[in-house]
Amino acid sequence: MNSELITLALIVLTLPLAGFVLMMFFGKKLPRQGDWLETLIITSALGLSVFILIQKLAIAPTETLFLNFTWIDFHDVPGIGPLKITLGFAVDNLAAIMLVVVTLVSTLVHFFSTAYMHGDVRYSRYFGYLGLFSFSMLMIVLANNLFLLYVGWELVGLSSYLLIGHWYEKKSASDAAMKAFIVNRIGDVGFFIGILILYSTYHTFLLSEIFSGIGGGVLPFDSETVLTVAGILIFCGAIGKSAQFPLHVWLPDAMEGPTPVSALIHAATMVAAGVYLVARTFPLMTAEALTVIAYIGAITAFIAATIAIAQNDIKKVLAYSTISQLGYMVMALGVGAFTAGFFHLATHAMFKAGLFLGSGSVIHSMHNALHHQDDHHTDPQDIRNMGGLRHKMPITFVTFTTYTLAISGVPLTSGFLSKDSILAGTLAFNTLSGHILIPVLGFLVAGLTSFYMFRIVIRAFLGEHADAHRTDHIHESPRVMTVPLMLLAGLSVYFFFTFNLNPFGTEGWFTNAVPRPESVVPLTVAAPGGEVFEEAVHHAHTSALLLSVLIAGAGILIAFATYYWKKISAERAANALPGVHSFLLDKWGFDRVYNGVVVAGTLAFTSVLRWIDETIVDGVVNGSASWTKNAVFGFTYASRDGKKMSAGAFLFAGIAFSIYVAISVGSWVWPADASMGSVTLALLTALLSGGLVVFLVWGGAGGFDSYVVDGLVNASAYVFGFGGLVLRKLQTGKIQTYIVLAVLGALALYFVFAFNT
Amino acid sequence: MEFSFLGIGILSWITFLPIVGMVIVLMMPKDQRDAIRWASLTITALQVVLAFILWQNFDKGLAGINTISGMQFVEKASWIDIKSVAWFGRVHIEYLVGIDGLSVTMVMLTALISFVATISSWNIEKSVKGYFALFLLLDTGMMGVFVSLDFFLFYVFWEVMLLPMYFLIGVWGGPRREYAAIKFFLYTLFGSVLMLLAMIALYFSVNVYIDANGSILSVAQAMAQGTEGLEKIYTFNILAMMDPGNFAPDSLLAGVNTAWRYIAYVGLFVGFAIKIPSFPFHTWLPDAHVEAPTPISVILAGVLLKMGTYGLLRISFPIFPDAMHHYAWGLALLGVISMVYGALVAMAQTDFKKLIAYSSVSHMGVVTLGMASMNTQGMTGAVFQMFNHGTITAMLFLIVGVIYDRAHTRGLNDFGGLMNQMPKYSAIMVVAFFAALGLPGLSGFVSEAFSLIGAFQTFQTLTIIAAITIVLTAGYMLWTLQRVFLGSIPEKWKNLTDVNNRELIMLVPLAVIVIFLGIYPSPVLDLMNSSMNHLAGLVQEASTAAMLGVR
Repeated sequence: MNSELITLALIVLTLPLAGFVLMMFFGKKLPRQGDWLETLIITSALGLSVFILIQKLAIAPTETLFLNFTWIDFHDVPGIGPLKITLGFAVDNLAAIMLVVVTLVSTLVHFFSTAYMHGDVRYSRYFGYLGLFSFSMLMIVLANNLFLLYVGWELVGLSSYLLIGHWYEKKSASDAAMKAFIVNRIGDVGFFIGILILYSTYHTFLLSEIFSGIGGGVLPFDSETVLTVAGILIFCGAIGKSAQFPLHVWLPDAMEGPTPVSALIHAATMVAAGVYLVARTFPLMTAEALTVIAYIGAITAFIAATIAIAQNDIKKVLAYSTISQLGYMVMALGVGAFTAGFFHLATHAMFKAGLFLGSGSVIHSMHNALHHQDDHHTDPQDIRNMGGLRHKMPITFVTFTTYTLAISGVPLTSGFLSKDSILAGTLAFNTLSGHILIPVLGFLVAGLTSFYMFRIVIRAFLGEHADAHRTDHIHESPRVMTVPLMLLAGLSVYFFFTFNLNPFGTEGWFTNAVPRPESVVPLTVAAPGGEVFEEAVHHAHTSALLLSVLIAGAGILIAFATYYWKKISAERAANALPGVHSFLLDKWGFDRVYNGVVVAGTLAFTSVLRWIDETIVDGVVNGSASWTKNAVFGFTYASRDGKKMSAGAFLFAGIAFSIYVAISVGSWVWPADASMGSVTLALLTALLSGGLVVFLVWGGAGGFDSYVVDGLVNASAYVFGFGGLVLRKLQTGKIQTYIVLAVLGALALYFVFAFNT
Repeated sequence: MEFSFLGIGILSWITFLPIVGMVIVLMMPKDQRDAIRWASLTITALQVVLAFILWQNFDKGLAGINTISGMQFVEKASWIDIKSVAWFGRVHIEYLVGIDGLSVTMVMLTALISFVATISSWNIEKSVKGYFALFLLLDTGMMGVFVSLDFFLFYVFWEVMLLPMYFLIGVWGGPRREYAAIKFFLYTLFGSVLMLLAMIALYFSVNVYIDANGSILSVAQAMAQGTEGLEKIYTFNILAMMDPGNFAPDSLLAGVNTAWRYIAYVGLFVGFAIKIPSFPFHTWLPDAHVEAPTPISVILAGVLLKMGTYGLLRISFPIFPDAMHHYAWGLALLGVISMVYGALVAMAQTDFKKLIAYSSVSHMGVVTLGMASMNTQGMTGAVFQMFNHGTITAMLFLIVGVIYDRAHTRGLNDFGGLMNQMPKYSAIMVVAFFAALGLPGLSGFVSEAFSLIGAFQTFQTLTIIAAITIVLTAGYMLWTLQRVFLGSIPEKWKNLTDVNNRELIMLVPLAVIVIFLGIYPSPVLDLMNSSMNHLAGLVQEASTAAMLGVR
């Protein structure tokens, strides 16, 4: 059975890949451009995934099923011994749950897209890319080694690039796609170096072998610090992919992609891959690394939540909300609340996918209404243009509100359970290590979240519509869009994650399935162990529960007071704190600074380097030619621009530099015990470098044509007495000269050496 | 099994077949353009078949490198034998060819790229006969470099390749072709002279014994069986040069870590570095590429650049392991500078072809860094990167060529929206671009990853700096993609046609190879594995011994 389960998992993995290939080659030729085929494929993957999860939990709840294979065999490597690159796939509870999460959201997004993307220019390609994405994401989920993880990691980056840039005719879309890919790659550099450190120590990519290596007391470069650094570097990958501070800037721009893509990739699954990566590598994280992770998560959660308040684009708010919630999950893992962090990943996947699809439903009908009115100026995504949609779109409204309650952490929802256990974890972390800032930020963000989420609900669905004429044209979305919304709303209820009637009890099948893994790092640098932590959580639990409900309620209340009852004026608040408001509108200035300093700086630097390359590096080359010519014909020869140059000055410069080089560099270049005598050799080096200086100063760029082509030929002809060749202007003539020269030179050297020996 | 036809071995066939082709082409009437093209295509296709036979019959277990018994498909003949020459006695130069895991990949690459470049040459209209004659001569030169096991022979092929290249750029190139051609020629010649010096120095340092039948024995072998009836001669045999026992005790390059050995190494290195091209010897490359016609750019990037790194691995590493060890850090540094600097300068380019040329500098830096690590994984990565760069960059230059043929401009800012205008072309472009930026699942990633993995074990800091190129490459590649392919098409390019079948025939096989080797690299890695392990062991042992001062 076990081997069958892993085989099934591999089938789940390859199905979407097959879908991608089929869609790319035959998509356009199929009826309905093949959307049914790709949807069918992903639905069967979902079916298999659910089966795998149930079987896994029923039959082998504590085992890790795996299938390893030798990818490359290096045989007997000098210095290491027999070396194979073994890769493989594994299904443990974590992976089994992720399989279902990914395929479930993916399936719903496929169905939703058949309506949302109807009539799109590249309809079949869109579905093909969804298949590619699902395949890559599942590879991350199933990989049991860093190599395949990295492969999947980059491939989701590719599919994300392709899907964000789906409407690449728009400059903003292609810009956003490029930004997403490159910002992610910055994080990936860290991830890659982390892999290098671990691989060069353990000579394996398999996580289980790396863990047992660390557990056996072997540390990278024999240093606990390096182990910490390796952990943080791997986390850098997560910073990129999960849009953590300071690399979060790509995710809001990624909203240029179609909304169902935002739901699937940029809310529920791919961005959670970073969290999944940290969960996978959790055992090798030292206490210090985990603390860094916790702080990055908390800071991200806070920054993004504050920015979300000031945004008016519904998708932008959701994007920042996603960043904030991802920060939450990362923070949870950092403080040691492993189960809670992963729990939040799963619950968030459902309600955030729902939020995005819900916003898609709103945008879809807004867009249609605007189109009907022939209005191409009003932004269908701006919440200021909405309002009163609850009457026209009841299903969207109810489901959207359900998700909002879930993300706010209101009891009876799944979000309440996961959020509450994260907050309890931060309190416990404070008890154990004294980092008070983490729980403070955690609770603050909880309040901000319920505030800005209800702000959207109120502005979009309640009150009156911004334009009364438009209301007539707004309709509820078709069934194929609303059914996924309802399903996701159902899955935002607490019950499905615990199978326990008590809405406040987090314990259930989920938490039992993903216990916190044991750390393998040396005890001196390890975070407090699971039992100690659980004890602290237990003490903090009641206060966390009360506090979180209170704060969420307060956030909701303020939102209603501001946007519904209008007791508090948002404008006046903004005017009272002008600096703060513009700072938030400016998204803390990240984009401005990155574009102005990093991007512009790099581009300016590349231009400088290009100039250096063409003028100096190439100048030396071209200059050497003119130098040769001058050396032969005498220094009084006119320079390029016609002026007579003072040979003495250049000679002096060259000689001075030569002496300097002889003293400073000479002894380094050649060994001290050189048989020929290092002085002579150093002098030789110095003369060469001095010569280079003269080439540089004298020749400059661009003099090649006139100097080398004519100069060298003339020179050689002059020296060797082939005067007649000078007159030949044919290229072939010149070449012959060169060949003669080369042969003569070779012969001369031949004899020199012959005499020596 | 003997692989010979008409008494001539397969390696000689694969090397000299193009010469035969050249003679045929030269005998054909000038106006029979299509016949000339088809004749050349047949010749290069036959070469591909021969390379396939080599691949199929290659024994992966044999290491080669420094043993003649480990070399495969060896052919040996006395080439120049002058009994007595003033000052230095008997001159005996052999025609010695053979391949091992290092060269077999390069032979396959050369055959493949020559074939593709021939298809790409189809629309050359200016004196077709001369073009293909030179092209085939170039082919022989390249192939010869990769199969020679005798330094003299190696040098002859190295120079044979130079001349047709000069004319192919200088006659069939762009507006500044003469400048580019002569710059290429002189620059490479400068390197060749240094190589020649090192070669002559080696010649007069290495002794072997020759018996009456013309068989060569190493000093150790001769000592074992007694020198009766043997004659002591100098040799150009590369394998003999790798055996420290063959160096005459008081000769110029005898011993370890001597100044002359370092000088000879540096001389050789400069010769090879110009070809790679490694920073700071790279400036001929952008000029040559920009002016060269598309197929010649393909050959240049696909095969010629590999000669430099091949030379380092074939000659510098095993002959001068002590100097190699001494300069390894410097070599790695040059590799890293080439990687980062090449990528940054590429980013500043506005000419599509120049951008690809600088990306070549960057990607060849990976090879240099990988081999400087002197361990199996780094060197395997390096050689695999040579192969992959050959296929990927060939694709990139073909892609530039396709658009240049149609639009007669290569300005990156002149285009936009080609994705919609030329969908098939764009699909292939996506494969090439993402392979170039090292996307997993495509071959470039595997080789770059192993080069860096190997390098990290030796040079941590340098490798970390090198890893920056992961971002930079993505930056300039995607920016190019955006500028040329995304957005909407300018009015003036609305009549551009998608790739035709001829262009598909040259691009698709390369794309398939790039994807296949990205997923399953073993077919190529297995070929070179024994040789790489052997070479790594050889260099490591020798450099350890050199450090301890024994030889």
